[in-house]
Amino acid sequence: MMEKRRYTISVFTEDRVGLLNRVTIIFTRRKINIDSITASVSEIKGVHRYTIVVQESKELVKKVTAQIEKQVEVLKAFFHEDQEIIHQEIGLYKLPTQSLFLGGKAEEIVREHHARILSIESDFTVVEKTGHPCETTALFNALSPYGILEFVRSGSVAITKPMKTLAKYLEELEKEIELN
Amino acid sequence: METLLKSNPLEKLNSTSVVSGARAVVETLIAEGVDLMFGYPGGAIMPVYDALYDYQSEINHVLTRHEQGAIHAAQGYARATGNVGVCLATSGPGATNLITGIADAQIDSTPIVCITGQVASALLGTDAFQETDVVGISMPVTKWNFQVTKAAEIPRAIAKAFYIAKSGRPGPVLIDITKDAQFETFEFHYKPFKSMRSYVPIYKLNLNRIEEAANLINSAKKPLVVFGQGVILSEAEEVFKTFIEKAGLPSAWTILGLSALESDHHLNVGMLGMHGNYAPNKLTNECDLLIAIGMRFDDRVTGNLDLYAKQAQVIHIEIDPSEIGKNVPTDVAVLGDAKQVLHELLLRVEKRNHQDWLKEFRRLEKLEVETVINKEFYPTTETLTMAEVIHGINQKSEGKAIIVSDVGQHQMIACRYSKFSESRSNITSGGLGTMGFCLPAALGAKLGQPNREVIAVIGDGGFQMTIQELGTIFQTGANIKIVILNNEFLGMVRQWQELFFDKRYASTQLVNPDFQTIAKGYHLKSKKIQTRDELANGVEEMLNHDGSYLLEVMVGKENNVFPMIPTGAAVSDIRLK
Ligand SMILES: Cc1ncc(C[n+]2csc(CCOP(=O)(O)OP(=O)(O)O)c2C)c(N)n1
Repeated sequence: MMEKRRYTISVFTEDRVGLLNRVTIIFTRRKINIDSITASVSEIKGVHRYTIVVQESKELVKKVTAQIEKQVEVLKAFFHEDQEIIHQEIGLYKLPTQSLFLGGKAEEIVREHHARILSIESDFTVVEKTGHPCETTALFNALSPYGILEFVRSGSVAITKPMKTLAKYLEELEKEIELN
Repeated sequence: METLLKSNPLEKLNSTSVVSGARAVVETLIAEGVDLMFGYPGGAIMPVYDALYDYQSEINHVLTRHEQGAIHAAQGYARATGNVGVCLATSGPGATNLITGIADAQIDSTPIVCITGQVASALLGTDAFQETDVVGISMPVTKWNFQVTKAAEIPRAIAKAFYIAKSGRPGPVLIDITKDAQFETFEFHYKPFKSMRSYVPIYKLNLNRIEEAANLINSAKKPLVVFGQGVILSEAEEVFKTFIEKAGLPSAWTILGLSALESDHHLNVGMLGMHGNYAPNKLTNECDLLIAIGMRFDDRVTGNLDLYAKQAQVIHIEIDPSEIGKNVPTDVAVLGDAKQVLHELLLRVEKRNHQDWLKEFRRLEKLEVETVINKEFYPTTETLTMAEVIHGINQKSEGKAIIVSDVGQHQMIACRYSKFSESRSNITSGGLGTMGFCLPAALGAKLGQPNREVIAVIGDGGFQMTIQELGTIFQTGANIKIVILNNEFLGMVRQWQELFFDKRYASTQLVNPDFQTIAKGYHLKSKKIQTRDELANGVEEMLNHDGSYLLEVMVGKENNVFPMIPTGAAVSDIRLK
């Protein structure tokens, strides 16, 4: 067994109903747990991208990525280790306004963690932190004593460091197909 | 008086014809070249059936007795002809009954288009009568699927379905059409589907890889070709043969590759895998170069992967990039269509003659003949063996018949011993191992290849899984020879119980009906054979009979299939007994 690590898989797809399901089935089949998954538009009109984070061996991630790319309507799939990408996620924290501001300490925590307050209502306050999962977790731990009412994380989104553009890949794909 | 069957002549469609979605389904199928399909009607697909009523001279719709029968028949048709098999079913249970066949077609790369009816779009997601999420259910086992909710989507969706099903590595595609879309009218336009940017059916050849592969082949001392269905799917049989002949390569087959190379070719060294031949399994672990062509290193072929061909360099010629390195690490991966790749390789390989190495195969083969095959063909026991029945068929059919087998001991025996002289002649459920596949698949094969003899070899267990298709065979008047190898057991499972579960025969004994009476009920000529003396005549009578025939042969109840690679063992640990 090869060592398990965090891998971020970026999948570029046509905009189609059900395709996300087709992609996640490939993980389910092999009983791979998805740590986080996000779907969004990309820089190219009509092309969607999924960012999927898993903890697995490189060998397995490679095979799964090939099986994803094989799906009709998937344009390209890549997998990356953390050092090859810039990745971020958002954590949102809902706390009772009273507990947060009474002691004065909470505001300090928010500042120390480079988080920001999104909204202050009479009964609750929402804090936002963007960063790596360890950072959003650290803030969670720091705020816990104040009674976190709700917590949500967006899941990772990632930009890769290599400079090849998606448009370039699409161009290559189209050339590959023309030849047939 | 007008009879029911006579319908109004249809006006030919022109570029601005307004038609119903249902009629568009049929028109598109015809435009895709379909003249035969298999199916079963029901509420949600009734408009399409109604439209088919007007096209009876263009499309022969075969009404099976179960939707599983319909899809296996479509598979048999596709495997025998290379065309896309088409089947039609209603929503809910009709659609779910297709799933086994879809999964079978997916794992065995068979081009199939399934069209299912669906509840009206306004009812989707409401648990309407006979609503089932067939797009969701079939997603893991289809190459592509799509739900149509508007009539105008129909021609493109179906054209795309055919394109995807048959291009690249073929597979099953499902199109689910809501009932309102079948009724809705629109201006019909059909255009063949040519390509899409998010799907590369065949990658461009990389000549460097081909060069590397040729170099390995040219310098190999003990090369072994292992080939699969890819050779058949890419219609590479001719160039494949020229290639192995030029380079002098001993070649072994997977059961889906069987019949791509004639059985008596001097370089054909037999069957790979669990119940395959002794020599190719043994020598897989002695060759210095393994050349895999259009095969996917299934675990039934490789045995224990950690002990598989570790000494050899591996060339993998494969159309599907996700298969490369999936099970066996590859030294040179050549991505592409087998036919194109082999044409290029042929130009670069040098003439070779690996006589000594080939002799190794023949030496081990002799051992297998002496210890296993002779005993199977000329047994000293009173009871008949499955192998002598196949041997008897070979003697009469001379390798020209299409042999369709079900799943179990008789399948392994049929694949091991049937002789073939033509490609697309061995039809069996390989990857999924679906009992019940044979009878309907044989019907589909026969309807696709009406001029060829089709022989269905089935166990008494699997026969009863789709026995109802005898009704379809009777109704179509198809001429199929059905050979039941009756051991009154679920033989293959019983063999495992004997060898690995202390002979504890849990639920494998069958108390069978009288198959002769059943045959009679379907107006099928039939015969039951219990002794060796009757065999040759029985086979002859069956083959000479003009029409379908059921030959039931009582075989030894507790015979085993050997050689065998025990689960978890290396291919070279194949046991002769
Ligand atoms: C649908 C299905 N169910 C169960 C099995 C497991 N199975 C594999 S072989 C076999 C026995 C087949 O018995 P029979 O059809 O009598 O053929 P035989 O092995 O005796 O030749 C069974 C139950 C299967 N392959 N397919």
